[in-house]
Amino acid sequence: MITLENIHKSFGSKQILRGLDLDVKQGESCVIIGGSGTGKSVTLKCILGLITPDSGSIKVAEEEITQTGDRDAFLAQFGMLFQGAALFDSLPVWQNVAFRLLRGSLKKSKDEAREIAIEKLRRVGLSADVADQLPGELSGGMQKRVGLARAIAADPKIIFFDEPTTGLDPIMSGVINDLIREIVTEMGATALTITHDMTSVRAIADKVAMLHRGKLRWHGDVKDLDHADDPYLTQFISGSPEGPIETLR
Amino acid sequence: MIKFLNHFLGSIGAAALSFSAMVGRVSIFTAQTLRHMFTPPVYGRELLISLMNIGYLSLPVVGLTSLFTGGALALQIYAGGSRFSAEAVVPQIVAIGMVRELGPVLVGLMIAARVTASVAAEIATMKVTEQIDALVTLSTHPMKYLTAPRVWAGLLTVPFLVAVGDIIGIMGGWLVSTQSLDFNSATYLRNTINFLQAADIISSLVKGAVFGFIATLMGCYYGMNSGRGAQGVGQATKASVVSAAILILAANFLLTQAFFAA
Repeated sequence: MITLENIHKSFGSKQILRGLDLDVKQGESCVIIGGSGTGKSVTLKCILGLITPDSGSIKVAEEEITQTGDRDAFLAQFGMLFQGAALFDSLPVWQNVAFRLLRGSLKKSKDEAREIAIEKLRRVGLSADVADQLPGELSGGMQKRVGLARAIAADPKIIFFDEPTTGLDPIMSGVINDLIREIVTEMGATALTITHDMTSVRAIADKVAMLHRGKLRWHGDVKDLDHADDPYLTQFISGSPEGPIETLR
Repeated sequence: MIKFLNHFLGSIGAAALSFSAMVGRVSIFTAQTLRHMFTPPVYGRELLISLMNIGYLSLPVVGLTSLFTGGALALQIYAGGSRFSAEAVVPQIVAIGMVRELGPVLVGLMIAARVTASVAAEIATMKVTEQIDALVTLSTHPMKYLTAPRVWAGLLTVPFLVAVGDIIGIMGGWLVSTQSLDFNSATYLRNTINFLQAADIISSLVKGAVFGFIATLMGCYYGMNSGRGAQGVGQATKASVVSAAILILAANFLLTQAFFAA
């Protein structure tokens, strides 16, 4: 479904991706882990076309993303939950959720879009009462749920989750992890998640990919995570400052 | 000595290159903005909100600025004119001063302070909080959704604000002249109306449209190109206001030359 081959990306003299290869199969939930600055977010942004890689090939559904003629149709395949939810402050919650359904190729009538938005809000555990509130009136956890509802509003084939549990308490993190797992399974969507949270990894992932210094360090099933003999992966999972991954102390 | 000279010339070259690059970036941004302004889709709701924010909500600040400026102008012209017994020209000079110069320039600068700053800060905050990226992932072009409606609103509403500012400024002069300088009200107004020509009013409105375009464009440009974090938002806001104000004053000189130099 998503294939990255030998992706390189630099910002000025800073090399972020140094020949990244990654393959995510259809219907699979892949979680990318790795330290800060290893290129996880840049990878997602390259797939979405928000950042253009310096070299390499990115294919989505066997099609090279640089050769997709209809950008609107290409992006309609994706839903994305941003780290800070990235809700539009000036729009009420339901218009945030139904944003894609109120304009562009997937446009529906206002009533229909509102109905779908409320249904998606219910799916993520929010009542219809929040539909007319502004994002600023909601707690962090509720904003994440609204972001999740927006990501699934147009029933995308591929969903990206960027640090879905960052800034949430452990209970809310658990709720969001369960929601992500349920929704991905229920929709049969392909999911790509970035996280540092190992509890999330175990709850969400079918496959895990570890990035280190802009390259794929380890890739395998989540069940093999604890038995892998890669010292980088072992250090990352244990959270130990001792090991091959350099730490500033 | 050679080392110092190299360093000196190098810094001049670097500044020139940096300035040229910025001119290029602004030119490309302007061309992209114009393309998005004249191609569908048009986001009607965003346009209406921008018309309200940039036009209607700027009326109080424009009105007060023009009122006080018109009043002060009348006092200055009366005091200056009395040195060579020309106190009677107050209505004509207030009218021409407000309509040709002070009205458009003051409104332009007030818009730069009020609108450019808020547009830059709003868009920069959206960038920092990934809302711009979210727009892209939701198949919505940020320039079409954010820039085009704001620039249209600046282009359409600032001439209207300038017209309001001109009228209120003239009324400020009339108020001071009739209340404290013993001018006859009817004569003052007749002299004002008779003295103004169509070209004065047209130049005022054209300046308003150009200043509105510059003010909103600069807000959008610096917002879209802001750096990270609170510091990035602050710098974008400051740079947008400074650039808009300088460009408005430069455009005012060029437009005045184009309209009245002959």
